Amino acid sequence: MSDVSQPVAHPPVTDWVNDFDHTDPQWTDDPFPIWEELRAASPIVHTERFLGCYMPTTYEAVRAIANDTEHFSSRRIIVRDVRPEVARNAAPPITSDPPVHKPAKQLLLPPFTPDAMKKLEPRMRAICNELIDGFIADGKVDAAARYSKYIPVRAIAHMLGIPESDSDLFINWIHMILELGIRDETKLMQAVQEMSEYFRGHIEARRSKPTDDLISYLMNAKDKEGQPLEESHVLGSLRLLLIAGIDTTWSAIGSSLWHLARTPVDRARLIAEPGLMPTAVEELLRAYSPVTMAREVVKDTTVSGCPVKAGNMVLLSFPAANRDPKMFPDADKVVIDRRENRHAAFGLGIHRCVGSNLARMEMQVALEEWLKRIPDFALDPAGTVTWSQGTVRGPRQLPFLLGKAM
Amino acid sequence: MAERLKVHVDPDKCQGHARCKALAPELFELDEYGNAHEAGDGTVPPGLEDKAWLAKSNCPEIAIDVIEE
Repeated sequence: MSDVSQPVAHPPVTDWVNDFDHTDPQWTDDPFPIWEELRAASPIVHTERFLGCYMPTTYEAVRAIANDTEHFSSRRIIVRDVRPEVARNAAPPITSDPPVHKPAKQLLLPPFTPDAMKKLEPRMRAICNELIDGFIADGKVDAAARYSKYIPVRAIAHMLGIPESDSDLFINWIHMILELGIRDETKLMQAVQEMSEYFRGHIEARRSKPTDDLISYLMNAKDKEGQPLEESHVLGSLRLLLIAGIDTTWSAIGSSLWHLARTPVDRARLIAEPGLMPTAVEELLRAYSPVTMAREVVKDTTVSGCPVKAGNMVLLSFPAANRDPKMFPDADKVVIDRRENRHAAFGLGIHRCVGSNLARMEMQVALEEWLKRIPDFALDPAGTVTWSQGTVRGPRQLPFLLGKAM
Repeated sequence: MAERLKVHVDPDKCQGHARCKALAPELFELDEYGNAHEAGDGTVPPGLEDKAWLAKSNCPEIAIDVIEE
């Protein structure tokens, strides 16, 4: 029997330590003081919400869980109200555990090396400038809706070999999976199905006419035994590349611009010292890490002295780990020339983000091209900044005034 | 007598974040998967000592050793 899932109530949180909820509006608006409170209480906190879920609050506890694939499975990687049945080949390798994980990951790595990203860089610079051309004369812009949003979606469309003009379609699927899908299983399933159908069409077209892109690359890839991948594996990995590559970097670029809009001194320094940009990008990744992952506890264990019971989920907050003052001095300050920075924005351990080199390149290019053409900008006091809810955090509305006449 | 440094990447710990290659391209190389190993036998040429320490202190997996000889 398949029940139609009823929406679960999320009463406002009054006791963060024992009843945390990462979909609460207070968390969405400003999670940093909440993480501080949780960290002060315990390295591991628990909530009965989401059918039972832990959260490690320190860098050390996050690292321990990320590196422990025996007790913590990746078969479920998003904390939701529901626990839909686990599909085989959901989105390999991010949903895979050892020993299946490694070969699936190795398939995806070669197209995403730093050298491969360098070849993509000129196209990215052109995309950024096309986007800026579209609004620079207006003197104001929603930078989340008209700039940061379209950079990663066009990059991954370009790599996959699907039309950049389908961007809004992809963004809608991702919204259904990562935001609405936390509370509504129907939306989640609908988006997954539509995406699979979309990619099936592109796979079919390439059977007669192979192309030089990631879809053809995966269609031609062989597993350990030299056999072509099952279609479900190819589709799962394609869904992963599309989902993982878009609102993550959209968020990172948006948060970085939000910081620079409010911090003229950092803006001025990056314009005067362009060589500092790669270091600044790392610091912005640390301070405003967009991605929170999840694990499912499959065996009882202990983390940082706290018992952890099987059957619960784990909210694996890399963003909270990156604000741990034990690991990062002045953790709550953005220090754009921070020398030591072992941040975990792209995860730790075997599930390190496949697209980290792509994301870094996109952030660097997006900020460089923006600052070249728009050295002066500020938040528009007439507008409101809004943030996405749940698994990926970044500005979804980012109203700016452009130029000196602010 | 100036100390001589060597860098070493533990291949079991490296996950391909590639921070070392970005910070000290002279001292590290990446394989086809983007995982790092030391260039040559890992000897740090004079003048690049600072980059060796920088690479070590930015590796998220704590996979890099700097050995003083």
